[in-house]
Amino acid sequence: MSAATTAPFLSVEKLSASFADRTGQLSVLRNLSFSVPRGQFVCVLGPSGAGKSTLLRLLAGLLPTNAGRILFAGEPVRGPQAGVGLVFQDANLMPWRSALDNVALPLELRNNPDAIDRAWDMLQLVGLQGFELALPSELSGGMAQRVAIGRALVQDPQLLLLDEPFGSLDALTREKMGEELLRIWELEHKTVVMVTHDINEALYLADRVLVLGKRPASIKLDMPVKLARPRTPQLRYSPAFGRMAARLRAAIE
Amino acid sequence: MKRSQEHKGMHTGLLALLTAAVALLAWELVVRVSQLPAFILPGPGIVWARLLTALADGSLLRHLWVTLQEVLLGLALGTLVASLLGYWLARSPRWERLLAPFVVASQSVPIVALAPLLVIWFGPGLLSKTLICALIVFFPILINTIIGLKSVPQDLRDLMRSLQASRAQTLRLLELPAALPVLLGGLRIGATLSVIGAVVGELVGADRGLGFLINVGRGQYDTALVFVAVFALVAMALALYGLVVLAERRWLWWQQRSNSLALLSGEQ
Ligand SMILES: Nc1ncnc2c1ncn2[C@@H]1O[C@H](COP(=O)(O)OP(=O)(O)OP(=O)(O)O)[C@@H](O)[C@H]1O
Ligand SMILES: [Mg+2]
Repeated sequence: MSAATTAPFLSVEKLSASFADRTGQLSVLRNLSFSVPRGQFVCVLGPSGAGKSTLLRLLAGLLPTNAGRILFAGEPVRGPQAGVGLVFQDANLMPWRSALDNVALPLELRNNPDAIDRAWDMLQLVGLQGFELALPSELSGGMAQRVAIGRALVQDPQLLLLDEPFGSLDALTREKMGEELLRIWELEHKTVVMVTHDINEALYLADRVLVLGKRPASIKLDMPVKLARPRTPQLRYSPAFGRMAARLRAAIE
Repeated sequence: MKRSQEHKGMHTGLLALLTAAVALLAWELVVRVSQLPAFILPGPGIVWARLLTALADGSLLRHLWVTLQEVLLGLALGTLVASLLGYWLARSPRWERLLAPFVVASQSVPIVALAPLLVIWFGPGLLSKTLICALIVFFPILINTIIGLKSVPQDLRDLMRSLQASRAQTLRLLELPAALPVLLGGLRIGATLSVIGAVVGELVGADRGLGFLINVGRGQYDTALVFVAVFALVAMALALYGLVVLAERRWLWWQQRSNSLALLSGEQ
C-alpha cells in the first residue's frame, strides 16, 4: 500500500446529529467516531430508533452534519457525491420504469451512452435475466431488492451504503439474498456499510460489526469478525459464530 | 384475460346504445302524450331535421369551430399558468401558505358573475372567452398540480438527490411521471369545465359560437336549434374527455387498469 492509501477510506470523526422536534432538540447520534479501510464490509447493528438510518443518510450526504465531520477518500462530505451507491429499506423503484430502466437510471442521469447495455449486464449479475422488461409491480420483493442493488452497483461506486436492504423479506429469501450479496461483493470488492437488525446476517456477511447504543447513540461495541472467507451457510452453526452472536446480543440489550 | 376485456367492452357499448335508444323513445313518447308545441318541446325527428339543415348550411360547424377554439385556447392557457404556479407553490410552502387563502377565496366568485366584466374589458371576441375558460380551468389544475407533486414519494426524491440529479432531471424523470396520474385527473375535469366557460362567455356577449347559437334559437323560437347546439356541446365535452382518457391509457399503461373502460374512475 502506498502512503496515500494508508489514510482510512471512510472516517467519521466525533459525529453528532439531532433533529428539531416538538419539545426542542432530539439528539440522535452523539460523538460517534470510527473509520473504515477500503474494501471492508461493515455491518451496523443497534436497537430500533437508535439512529442507524440517520447515520447512513449522513454518510450518503443526504443530511447535513451539525457537529463533527465525515471524510470520504480524504475529502469532507458536504452533500451527495458520485462514487456512493445507496440501497433503501424497501426497494424504492420507479413503478413506471422497467427493471432495466430502473437500473439504468444512475447512468442515464450522467448521459452515459452505454446506460442500457451496462444495466443489462448488471441485471444478469444480480440474477434477473429474463426480467429485464418487467415492471416493479410484476416483481417479487426479493427480485425488486435485487434491482435496487443493481441500481446502486451500476455506477461502479467505491462505497455501498445499505439500509436494512432485506428488512422486508422472509427469512429464507433473506439468507439467499445475503449469499448473493456476498457473491457480488467478492467479485467487485466494494467498501460496504450495511445496517441490519439481524445478528446472524451481520456475522455471516461482515468483516466487522459496529453496535450502536440507545439514543443518543455512540458506538457500544466494535467487533472484528475473523471468520474465513468465502463464507459458507454451514458457518452459522460453528461454535465461534455462536460465541460472537452471544456477544453481539448482549451488547444490543 | 384480454378476450374477456374485449367482451366486456362490447357489452358496455351495447348497454350505452340501448340506454340512448330508450331515452329517445321516452322523449318521443313525452312529446306525443303532452302534445306540447314544437317551440317548447320539439321531438327527436324535428331536432334531427334541424341538425341536418344546420350542417348543410355550414352554420353548425362554423359556430362549433369558434367555441372549440375558445375551449382549447382557454384550456391551454389555464393549464399552463396553473401548472407553473402549482410547481412553484409546491416547492415553496411559505408562499403556498400565504397565497392559499386568496386562491380559495377567488373560487367563491362565480364565473357567471365575472363573465360580463371580462366581456366589457376584453370585447365580445375570442380573447374574453379564452380568459373565461382559462379562469374556470385554473383552480382544479392548480390544486391537482400541487397534490400531484406532493404525492411524489420522499424516498424517490432522496434517491434522485443521492444521484445528484439536476432540478430539470428531477422534474422530467421523477416529478412529471409520478404526478402524471393526478395531473391528468385535473385535466379531465378542466376539459369539461372549459366547455362550460366558453358557453357562459358566449351567452353573456358574443356574435358567434354555440352559446350564441343557443341565444339565436331562443330569440327566434327555434327551439330545435337550441337542442342541436346543446347536443353539439355535449359531444364536444365528451370528445375532449375521451381524449384525456386516451392520453391516460397511453401514458399510464404501467398502472395496469383493471378495467380500461371505466370512464369515471381513472385512478384506482
Ligand atoms: N427527519 C427527521 N425528523 C425528526 N426526527 C427524525 C427524523 N428522522 C429520524 N428521526 C428520529 O431520529 C431517531 C433515529 O431515527 P433512525 O431512523 O435513524 O433510527 P433507526 O436506528 O434507523 O431505527 P430503525 O431500526 O427502526 O429503522 C428516531 O427517534 C426518529 O424519530
Ligand atoms: Mg432505519
